[in-house]
Amino acid sequence: MNIVVLVKQVPDSSAERSLRAGDNTVDRGSASNVINEMDEYAIEEALRVQAAHGGEVTILTMGPQGASESIRKALSMGPDRAVHVLDEALHGSCAVATSKVLAAALGTLNPDLVLCGAEATDGRVQVMAHMLAERLGIAALTGARKLTVDGASLTIERQTEEGFEVVAASTPAVVSVWDTINEPRYPSFKGIMAAKKKPVQTLSVADLGIAASEVGFAGASSVVVQHSKRPPRSGGRKVADEGDGGVKLVEFLASEKFV
Amino acid sequence: MAEVLVVVEHSGGEVKKVTLEMLTLARELGTPAAVVLGGPGVAAPLTEKLGEFGAATVYAAESEDLDGFLVAPKAAVLAGLVRSVQPAAVLLGSTQEGKEIAGRLAVKLDNGLLTDVSGLDADGVATQVVFAGSTIVKSRVTRGLPLVTVRPNSLTPTPAPASVRVSAVDVVVEQSAKLARVLERKVEPKGARPELTEASVVVSGGRGVGSGDNFKLVEELADLLGGAVGASRAAVDSGFYPHQFQVGQTGKTVSPQLYVALGISGAIQHRAGMQTSKTIVAVNKDAEAPIFELADYGVVGDLFKVVPQATEEIRKRK
Ligand SMILES: Cc1cc2nc3c(=O)[nH]c(=O)nc-3n(C[C@H](O)[C@H](O)[C@H](O)COP(=O)(O)OP(=O)(O)OC[C@H]3O[C@@H](n4cnc5c(N)ncnc54)[C@H](O)[C@@H]3O)c2cc1C
Ligand SMILES: Cc1cc2nc3c(=O)[nH]c(=O)nc-3n(C[C@H](O)[C@H](O)[C@H](O)COP(=O)(O)OP(=O)(O)OC[C@H]3O[C@@H](n4cnc5c(N)ncnc54)[C@H](O)[C@@H]3O)c2cc1C
Repeated sequence: MNIVVLVKQVPDSSAERSLRAGDNTVDRGSASNVINEMDEYAIEEALRVQAAHGGEVTILTMGPQGASESIRKALSMGPDRAVHVLDEALHGSCAVATSKVLAAALGTLNPDLVLCGAEATDGRVQVMAHMLAERLGIAALTGARKLTVDGASLTIERQTEEGFEVVAASTPAVVSVWDTINEPRYPSFKGIMAAKKKPVQTLSVADLGIAASEVGFAGASSVVVQHSKRPPRSGGRKVADEGDGGVKLVEFLASEKFV
Repeated sequence: MAEVLVVVEHSGGEVKKVTLEMLTLARELGTPAAVVLGGPGVAAPLTEKLGEFGAATVYAAESEDLDGFLVAPKAAVLAGLVRSVQPAAVLLGSTQEGKEIAGRLAVKLDNGLLTDVSGLDADGVATQVVFAGSTIVKSRVTRGLPLVTVRPNSLTPTPAPASVRVSAVDVVVEQSAKLARVLERKVEPKGARPELTEASVVVSGGRGVGSGDNFKLVEELADLLGGAVGASRAAVDSGFYPHQFQVGQTGKTVSPQLYVALGISGAIQHRAGMQTSKTIVAVNKDAEAPIFELADYGVVGDLFKVVPQATEEIRKRK
């Protein structure tokens, strides 16, 4: 089975994140940059499918030069190789343009199975799997908490607002995973050493047959016109429980008309 | 005035609150028209409520094909409708399904898409709150019509009765949209509590609650306040409470009138899901817990003493 895992580098969600003053894009210098957490679950799932069914696992990333660090980290978990779409023209890409680029790159890789995270912690747009499936004319199974592969047939279980559902499709398909699906492995020392020698292919948008004007700021379908820091919430009253903390709490709730 | 299409979120034959919010918002932009996508007979029980909140037209697209597959058929029908009615804007709920339909629609129409929108001006400028609630972004679609997903609890829905015209939409779904078949759909009993993302009061428990059994304390307080129950990731990972109730970066985003955090430290990823709540109250035994930095009212104390006393006090006052 030929598997491609989408990996996005994002600013660490436990740090203070910002947009840049000039062009309203993510300030990659303000927080350390890491693999989008849910993508680690996608990598783990790919390695499990590979262990059971054979084949190759390729990491696909679209992102700036610095993203190569996350690519090496991803490879150290065990995948065989990586493709990095790297091009100045991509700066400022909206989700629609991102999906165009990733779909074109997937087209050159011919995967049976595309695995990705259910959402990225920075944009949280939560649409990539369906956008890619729409462009490639293949199925999307999203938000998987369990994936079963049986030959060419894929079955997932996913949480819904009401409960859960079981959904099936045939390969090729895009499957996005939630962080409930598995427990990602830590790279071993051997894995880290091996990752240094694994092939990473760099592609420009021109290599993918896409014009620079279709991506980045030039091709954006939406634009951020302005951003500002939300005034931080200031803590209000804080009282120590002296045996009447519960009553005091209710007094506050009553003063705000919640009781 | 041009129509504004509102894709209806519904569950168990009832219109969800976010839909009423979207209809309220749509009135500022044009004439609201509701779009119901689902199996045969799905639209009828929803129509009256939709009219009450200003839908002049209900586009009813009903077919087994819309129910038996993931969102691709719904996106296909909606794309057809957008092409024929040329609306001023399309609004969907910022839920998993709403976003997924919107994503496919954006690709089909080569149209921009804005997600998690909490406000939309008549001139198409949207407000998004990003990065764990720390940053406010104003943005607009520059290619195509304003296609946005609206975050639940972004505004107060107000009725504006309209006489509804129901218009049946022809549903023709290509084989290529029927690739992800739903084999089974399990509805878990949700009880009497309001839905987490729509509730006006949310009471959440964290690792400090200590066990699944102890979550009864959280539930009891939630029930007395007419609220929903939430949980931190640590509580979910420890098996105290089911995953669908997780609040935060990788869980639900809630924006209630009142958020009560019990035994939750207030990690940035938890804040990501609750920071825009109107009033925040916390009980934590650690006076230095970061949750107190955003709490309007905080009690430093043992939740096993404070919470039972609070529930008793509320009962007394009722
Ligand atoms: C704060 C913020 C808000 C934004 N809001 C919008 C918006 O409303 N509309 C809009 O069009 N764009 C928006 N963007 C831009 C958007 O995030 C990027 O275009 C992004 O590459 C695609 O969206 P996502 O990562 O949020 O996708 P999601 O659908 O959340 O990501 C799901 C998965 O797709 C894969 N993936 C996503 N991007 C890449 C990549 N570059 N390389 C490899 N794999 C990837 C990963 O596996 C990821 O887990 C926003 C960006 C930020 C920082
Ligand atoms: C990418 C990523 C995504 C994440 N997504 C989420 C998410 O969606 N939601 C989320 O919640 N977290 C998320 N996290 C985890 C987050 O970083 C924290 O680990 C988590 O929120 C901690 O949960 P907690 O506050 O319940 O536990 P802790 O941090 O352990 O806090 C427990 C608190 O309970 C207090 N306490 C203990 N006993 C008592 C008592 N008897 N009475 C009163 N107080 C008591 C303690 O003082 C402490 O402050 C994410 C992390 C990452 C890296």
